[in-house]
Amino acid sequence: MRLNYPTNVKIIRVPCTGKVDTIHMLRAFEKGADGVCVIGCMEGDCHYNSGNFRARKRVAQVSQLLEQIGIGGQRVQMFNLSSGEGPRFAQYAVEMTERVTALGPNPIKLARKPAAA
Amino acid sequence: MIVADKKPIEEIIETTRNFKRLLILGCNECVTVCEAGGKKEVGILASALRMNALNQGREVKIDEITLERQCDHEYLEEIRDVVDQYDAILSIACGVGVQFTAEKYQATPVLPGVNTKFMGATEKRGLWVERCQGCGQCILAMTGGICPVSRCAKRLFNGPCGGSTNGKCEISKEVDCAWQLIIDRMKALGTLEDYEKLSPIKDWSTDRAGGPRKVVREDVQL
Amino acid sequence: MTVKTPSKLEKILAAGHLAVTSECGPPRGSDPEGITHKAELIKDHVDAINITDNQTSMTRMCSLAACIRLKLMGLEPVLQMVTRDRNRIALQSDILGAAYFDIHNILCLSGDHNSFGDCAKGQNVHDLDSLQLVQTVRHMRDEGKFLGGDEIKRPPEMFVGAAANPFADPFEIRVPRLAKKIAAGVEFIQTQCIYNLDKFEAWMKIARDRGLTEKVYIMAGMTPMKSAGMARYMKNRVPGMDVPDDLVKRLADTPKEKQAEEGISICVEAIQRLKEVEGVAGFHVMAIEWEEKVPEIIERAGLYPRPKVA
Repeated sequence: MRLNYPTNVKIIRVPCTGKVDTIHMLRAFEKGADGVCVIGCMEGDCHYNSGNFRARKRVAQVSQLLEQIGIGGQRVQMFNLSSGEGPRFAQYAVEMTERVTALGPNPIKLARKPAAA
Repeated sequence: MIVADKKPIEEIIETTRNFKRLLILGCNECVTVCEAGGKKEVGILASALRMNALNQGREVKIDEITLERQCDHEYLEEIRDVVDQYDAILSIACGVGVQFTAEKYQATPVLPGVNTKFMGATEKRGLWVERCQGCGQCILAMTGGICPVSRCAKRLFNGPCGGSTNGKCEISKEVDCAWQLIIDRMKALGTLEDYEKLSPIKDWSTDRAGGPRKVVREDVQL
Repeated sequence: MTVKTPSKLEKILAAGHLAVTSECGPPRGSDPEGITHKAELIKDHVDAINITDNQTSMTRMCSLAACIRLKLMGLEPVLQMVTRDRNRIALQSDILGAAYFDIHNILCLSGDHNSFGDCAKGQNVHDLDSLQLVQTVRHMRDEGKFLGGDEIKRPPEMFVGAAANPFADPFEIRVPRLAKKIAAGVEFIQTQCIYNLDKFEAWMKIARDRGLTEKVYIMAGMTPMKSAGMARYMKNRVPGMDVPDDLVKRLADTPKEKQAEEGISICVEAIQRLKEVEGVAGFHVMAIEWEEKVPEIIERAGLYPRPKVA
């Protein structure tokens, strides 16, 4: 559709959001991601029945963990749409980028800087 | 199986605060089944603790190993060569595993990462329920397979008490009255006349009251 | 049934009179005044006074001390003992403590769960259950021995009772449960307070048909309602309580300032009806924090003056 969405959004494709496990999201943050969004099918329409429900629970778990360790629970979010909804994808990407930008960079990147220097 | 629950991460952060080289040690058995201390949980905890440390400006090395069990010498031996690389071990096995690891590696602090709760079963995923308290003298044959020690809040042997209401215990509507369950089972088995038999006074010396316990089987010792 | 102890309560029951007992809760402190005052209010209208044992798991002065106070006042106490707080050593020990002061009545109970009270974080003991406690007292009295087997010097001479709740679930085993208590050695029963007279009479009939009323004295529990609000609370919030709708309605239809009086009348009417029920051996009037009404209830129910026994 050649819609615009922010260039800082990197896409990783999975056959179903049910394949995304808690540790995958955590590792993304460990490696310096400022935000993670998990985008799955509409609830009730999952090709694999309950994959997106599992993803939702895992996103909630990661969000709580990030909050507890001071990284910020708002940096991870689950979105649902159907595969034909291109514009909505772009809208979610923009929404997430704006939110994460407001939150600032992942604090552990700042902590890592002196070591890198 | 032994059912445990994760300790709050704030508590774990507090107890591991001063250690720069930490080994998170998981267990592949009970705590894996109740999703508290298996390989997955080791990975999640390690990642969270690393990020927490970085966020606080601390340098830490956090490694992850999951053993088959932590309650057998053979499996614990598997980490003998690497133990010296760590200032502390955070064991997320049940209380047995934490202690056995600590006994084996006396020079290394071994800290618990889960709260061990009870012996129980998986009612469904995400719900584990208590069924046994290890009283040491099983009477399930007399109570239709339902244990009054672990399932009755007052561990009555000649229940129910006057607080049983609609099949629920007086302490909560979510707790079944064990004696209602026993009576229903006796009815189903056609043994309700056994209800009037008096259950004798319990010998608690085989329970924790008698002191720390052991089981010795000379017939299998070499 | 023959008399086995010096208990005044037992003698009155054995003589065929309708016995009357009431109950007092010890103070949440060590001031003797509360107990002595309440006892003075009711002493001429009852044959014996129960002292509750850390009821609803709220820590209070112990039942034994209050019973001793009553005994020293020349009154007849009933020691209530729950198994929640004491192991078998302490239970036997307290029984001997009571026997030391010639306290001749004991009511054996499990006790409300500790989560209801002020020490929800404490251990609960339940080394024995209430029926095993009954067996223990009978063993100490009749064999003259401790549970461990040694002889007791001057064994307790106690008339042994237990509670019964005709209204708790499941109804079908409520009479087998009574039979079980009798088999354990219970000699008198005080029931939970009764409002559903039909259901109680049905329970009594089943008990009679099994011959149980020949083996145990059943005292009907009575508690007067103070208000429609209390009736509703007991109906909906108290486990094991059966309060019929028409009783709540009767109180609700009464003007508020007359509800207490109506509650007393309902209680008196119930006693008068249950006096006629075969197998009812007496009444246990529980008017907690309303002890001053007990004399009126007893008198209006035609149970005053109390009989004298040797």
